[in-house]
Amino acid sequence: MIPELGHYALVLALLVAVYQSIVPLWAAQRGHAAAMETAVPAAQSQFILVATAFAALTYAYVTSDFSVANVAANSHSAKPLLYKISGVWGNHEGSLLLWALILTLFGAMAATFGANLPPGLKARVLSVQGMIGVGFLAFTLFTSNPFLRLDPAPPDGRGLNPLLQDPGLAFHPPFLYLGYVGFSMAFSFAVAALIEGRVDAAWARWVRPWTLAAWGFLTVGIALGSWWAYYELGWGGFWFWDPVENASFMPWLVGTALLHSAIVVEKRDALKSWTILLAILTFALSLIGTFLVRSGVLTSVHSFAVDPERGIFILALLLIAIGGSLALYAWRAPALRATSAGLFKPVSREGAMVLNNLLLSVAAATVFLGTLYPLFLDIVGGGKISVGAPYFNATFVPLMVPLLAAVAVGPMLAWKRGDLPGVMQRLYVALATAVAALLIALWLSDWRHALAAFGIGLGVWVIAGAKVEFASRIQLFRVPLRDSVRRAFGLPRSFYGMSIAHAALGILVIGITASSTWQTEVIKVVQVRESIEVAGYALHLRDVREVRGPNYVSQVARIDVYRGKVLEGGPRLPLVTVLEPEKRRYPVEGNNTTEAAIYTTWFADLYVVLGDADGKGGWVIRAYHNPLVPWIWVGCLIMFFGGLVSLSDRRHRVGAPRRSAAPATASAETA
Amino acid sequence: MRLRYLIPAALFLALGAGFVYALVAIQSGKKNPSAVPSALIGKPAPEFALPAPVGFAQGLSTADLLGKVTILNVFASWCPPCHAEHPLLLELAKEAKGGAFQLVGLNWKDKDEKLAAWFKEAGDPFSRIGADRTGRIGIEWGVYGAPETYVLDRDAKVVYRYAGPLTKELIRDEIRPRIAKLRK
Repeated sequence: MIPELGHYALVLALLVAVYQSIVPLWAAQRGHAAAMETAVPAAQSQFILVATAFAALTYAYVTSDFSVANVAANSHSAKPLLYKISGVWGNHEGSLLLWALILTLFGAMAATFGANLPPGLKARVLSVQGMIGVGFLAFTLFTSNPFLRLDPAPPDGRGLNPLLQDPGLAFHPPFLYLGYVGFSMAFSFAVAALIEGRVDAAWARWVRPWTLAAWGFLTVGIALGSWWAYYELGWGGFWFWDPVENASFMPWLVGTALLHSAIVVEKRDALKSWTILLAILTFALSLIGTFLVRSGVLTSVHSFAVDPERGIFILALLLIAIGGSLALYAWRAPALRATSAGLFKPVSREGAMVLNNLLLSVAAATVFLGTLYPLFLDIVGGGKISVGAPYFNATFVPLMVPLLAAVAVGPMLAWKRGDLPGVMQRLYVALATAVAALLIALWLSDWRHALAAFGIGLGVWVIAGAKVEFASRIQLFRVPLRDSVRRAFGLPRSFYGMSIAHAALGILVIGITASSTWQTEVIKVVQVRESIEVAGYALHLRDVREVRGPNYVSQVARIDVYRGKVLEGGPRLPLVTVLEPEKRRYPVEGNNTTEAAIYTTWFADLYVVLGDADGKGGWVIRAYHNPLVPWIWVGCLIMFFGGLVSLSDRRHRVGAPRRSAAPATASAETA
Repeated sequence: MRLRYLIPAALFLALGAGFVYALVAIQSGKKNPSAVPSALIGKPAPEFALPAPVGFAQGLSTADLLGKVTILNVFASWCPPCHAEHPLLLELAKEAKGGAFQLVGLNWKDKDEKLAAWFKEAGDPFSRIGADRTGRIGIEWGVYGAPETYVLDRDAKVVYRYAGPLTKELIRDEIRPRIAKLRK
């Protein structure tokens, strides 16, 4: 009964979405105020209906109702509750429903908190949002209905892929979708602006919170996915330039560019058509990412829902949404001229933003090329190749170097006419710190890893640059300390947000550089009560036991970790920790997973994976020492935090003069 | 309308056309993104000798591949696509009886009793089966999943390899022409 209610709610949601996509737009074109206003209840009820459907499916999962085909295929009665719930979106149909839920949530928030938007813009934005809703709801209902029944119902389900039974991955898709789908708001605003033929500072201010929220969620989503790959796949790495990873990274890169270019629109009334294009492209890349992952046109180590039938549908959606909006862009964008055809010096804040945009979009283009090249080479009969890390390292990294160098400088330049020598003079402390860090890194690595030391130096430069900038804003040491503190309280939140996010980028860069350069790896067959050494730790294999989990059987090794060298006749060193890497076998799914055991300190991870037994009492143990790897995730989290701080800025709540008040509080509250 | 504003749409159109073509090619079976050419093509089959699974008469070794055109199928009872392609193998087995080629199996990471139970019910298409219980020989062949199918010439050189379940079209377009050519 409940699944049928969910199904029914979903059908109703589609009908509401059809209404929402047609009537408000028509009314806005005709200037029919009352009909325009119906977009608001439509968006709200669409959300309530999809939420009902989602709740119904969740209910079916929690109660293990195996008469629902989707539940039978992806759940099992012996699964822990968390994974019963995360199983809802751990499959193609359910994840589409989650996608629709988030889409309508954003729509409902824009409708509810957008009371101060001009009625025409609001109606058009919600109408475009409704069109995307029609696409995805139709996709769900016609090709991927999660509410189909099985008769007779099987006694138990097939279970969820054990790799996905993991807390990191349970929350990875929701965050990723909040990011992907969040960019649909920027897209809707861009299309609405094209229809209206008007882009101004107020428009930029309204788009910004949505972009910021989506960008923050995407950052966390990508970080969670990378963290999961790091500890669950047991390869010791955190990023593999896999097509699925790239699919989420490309919208992030373009979204970051959008975040910056929207500021130029707001402050300088320039870069308008470029910003519109970025807003369209960001969402386009989100959709293309979905297409690549779901259609199976590319091979990837982790594509779980491949079905060419559905590929056709996503492709059709993609062509209509993106092709349509780009055609609209070609038609309407030439009319969006800068009102103040002012001066645009290369050395200025806006010049720095253009550089940022240039580098980020070229970086996104190189990732795009590397991801799709195998596909297109195969199409033209050029043979099978796979593009791997060497390509991306050779193309992507060099683009990031000038970007990072500029991150510290850009925010210190004045609008319109910057003073580069003056800025460099103020940045000398940052420069000195960075050079010192570079030299220390060189010295620590025995003068061998010059490039890595340069990377560390860049990271420190970015962090120190953010600090210096903050110090110069509050005039630290120039005015009495009390005045500095008062100035610090007076700074806008968006400035704090930017400083935090930029410093976080530096932390991230240091983490990536260090962990990819100075990783040590030891693979050895170890007898029980034998020891191995890695990076100044002695690992002593105490025993391997068989342990029963809720829905798996596991072999758990106990490894005592001591600091220092292995001594003859057993360890007499201080015990640091006990690591328990596991090999799990899930009988229902017939799969194995490795659970790496990780000992994390501020400066490194000790990462141990249990391999196979050699049949003679020995076990294959892989141990990695990954320096600074925790900084990667910490950096991402701080970056997200910076986004939140910026989101809470007063100007998003107060809004621009005349076309006033943005729906910012909406996203701030849910964030 | 200024032309440069058309650039994004034009680029996207080209991209979309590429996607459409790729999807159509995949669906018609012309392209398979997961098909990776074997490193063994043109090279002799790896040296191996495997016993027959319990309940079967003839094992499989490199020597058995010499002197005859061979289709070698990597399969397992636990693999659903192997069950799906099984009827096609039985059809091929009928032709193999005529002596045009031999059809042999590499039973990969399987349990003998499960295999015996399956073939008792569904029929055994192979004249020889090697029991690769640990998957060790599969590694020599570069097998990365079941099913996989290899075509070898009379000198046991690998001529063709396909990863994934066989289809009627694949046998018609890829396998039969190669067998015919090798027999000449």
